[in-house]
Parts: sequence; structure tokens; C-alpha cells
Amino acid sequence: MEIGLGHYLTVAACLFTLGIFGIFLNRKNVIVILMSVELMLLAVNINLVAFSYFLQDLTGQVFALFILTVAAAEAAIGLAIIVVYYRNRGSIDVDDINMMKG
Amino acid sequence: MIAAIFFYLFAILSVISAVMVISARNPVHAVLFLILTFFNAAGLFILLSAEFLALLLIIVYVGAVAVLFLFVVMMLDVDFAELKAGFIKNAPVGALIGGVVLIELIALYVAYGFDIGAAGSVQSAIPSTGSGIDNTTALGRVIYTKYVYFFQAAGLILLVAMIGAIVLTLRHKEGVKRQSIAAQVARNPKTAIEVVEVPTGGAILPSAEGKG
Repeated sequence: MEIGLGHYLTVAACLFTLGIFGIFLNRKNVIVILMSVELMLLAVNINLVAFSYFLQDLTGQVFALFILTVAAAEAAIGLAIIVVYYRNRGSIDVDDINMMKG
Repeated sequence: MIAAIFFYLFAILSVISAVMVISARNPVHAVLFLILTFFNAAGLFILLSAEFLALLLIIVYVGAVAVLFLFVVMMLDVDFAELKAGFIKNAPVGALIGGVVLIELIALYVAYGFDIGAAGSVQSAIPSTGSGIDNTTALGRVIYTKYVYFFQAAGLILLVAMIGAIVLTLRHKEGVKRQSIAAQVARNPKTAIEVVEVPTGGAILPSAEGKG
């Protein structure tokens, strides 16, 4: 049985949808929301690498590499913000994050 | 055939563990399932002959990001059961929006098909397997020439993220004694030693200025 581009795109679509679903499901827990964002970025990476393979073009892998970099930076900054926020408020409930409200 | 079996193994496992990531009650379990998802995605990358990216995914995500998540989950003393409160209430909205996105993606695939024959010209071709150039070499040849500025920008992003994380979380506690090298070097016998005359039967309280 031949595994084509469609199979990979389907897996990526499932992962992306699960990421979106996770954001809604865990609306109060910032850490799980960050993990869901990581899932979505992973889905995008799978798409890029799959297209790179089936088009025989390395550019997709290069961009997947850059997405990986940005995702790592995003996770580091996001978790640092969570730690600082927890220090100030004693909770990481998203509903409590309204201090910057005008 | 073997490739198909492994594809279905990795695909099904990654989707199942992604489901567990968003539905696990314990956030530590969620992080561990995230690690499993990334391992399976790395397997998919290997099937797509992107070995360098697969191992990079394991090193960066499992080695750094997931451990960072684990640290934060374990460090923060949060009542995660309480954060699960709106779990069921939010599910219909999430299912609705997720379903809409999934249907859109499927519609896109159905409308355009998976035919990539109409794609534009290849920017930087993957060297054929017989050429003796492995994936890492080929990737390096592209990154360090064509995308060298992007590569530098990625490095800058990482630097900014590192400095940002340090600046955000570093705090100076009051009342913690620290070594002051300048003060130590600047000591001399005149300032370090104080000769006091103790009156007979009296007491001298140590003066604040005399202490190094």
C-alpha cells in the first residue's frame, strides 16, 4: 500500500484540530494551552516536511527547522511569563489574567 | 509495506497521544504524552527521510522544551483539579470550532486534491539517494548559503528568548548576603581593624562601620 502525501496531511490536520480543541477544552490552564500550541506547530512541521519529501525540495525542511527554533523560543518565554505570573498572583488561571485590561 | 505499517503505527500513536495531551487530568501526564507525540512525529519525519529534523525534534522538544514544561508543572504549586472545572462546559464550543477547522481542511484537500504535479519549480532539490549526500549535509548546504540570513535571525531569536527568560525570572531577594568583591579588595588594615579601649568593667557594642 502506497503512503502518499494525503496520509501525512491527514495526520497533520488531526493534530492541528486536536491542538485547537485542546485550547478550548483547557481554557483555564495556561500550561496545557501552551502544549496545545506546540501540538499545532508540530502539525505545521509535519505538513512542511511531507511537502518537502513529495516535492523533492529541501526548502520545506529548512522552514520546519526555523519553526522549530521559534517554537522553542516561544515555549521558553511563555513558561517564564507563567512563572512570573504565578509568583505575582499565586495562580495560573486564565480568567485571572485581566490586570492589563484598560 | 513495512513503511506503510510504520506510518500507521506512528500516525495512530501520535494522534492518540495528542488526544491524551489535551484530556489528561494530571498535567505531568500531559507533558509525558506530549513527549510521546513528538517521538512519533520524529518517526514520521524519518519515514519522510528527514533524519536531521527527526533527531532535532527529539533533542529540542524532548530534551529541552518538554523538560522545561515538566519543570514548570512541578515547580508551580497549582491546584490543577480546580483548573479542570470548565472542562465539560467548554467541550461543545471546542468541538464545534475544531470540527469547523477539520471540515475546512478536508474540504481544502478534497477541492484541490493531493496532486502536487502543478507545483512551481523546485527551489533546492533533495539530492538523490545514490549521490552519497546525506540529509544533514544537504540541509547544511542550503541553510548556510541560501538561507544564511534567516539562520542568523533564528539565532538572534533564540538569544532574545534566552535573555528574555532570564530577565523575566531573575529576582533579587532582599536580605540575602552576597559577596562584594570590590569591598573585599578595597579592605586595608586601617578600615578592617579597629582598636577600642574597653573601660574596666564596661562593654563595647560592635560598631556598624567597622564590619567588613
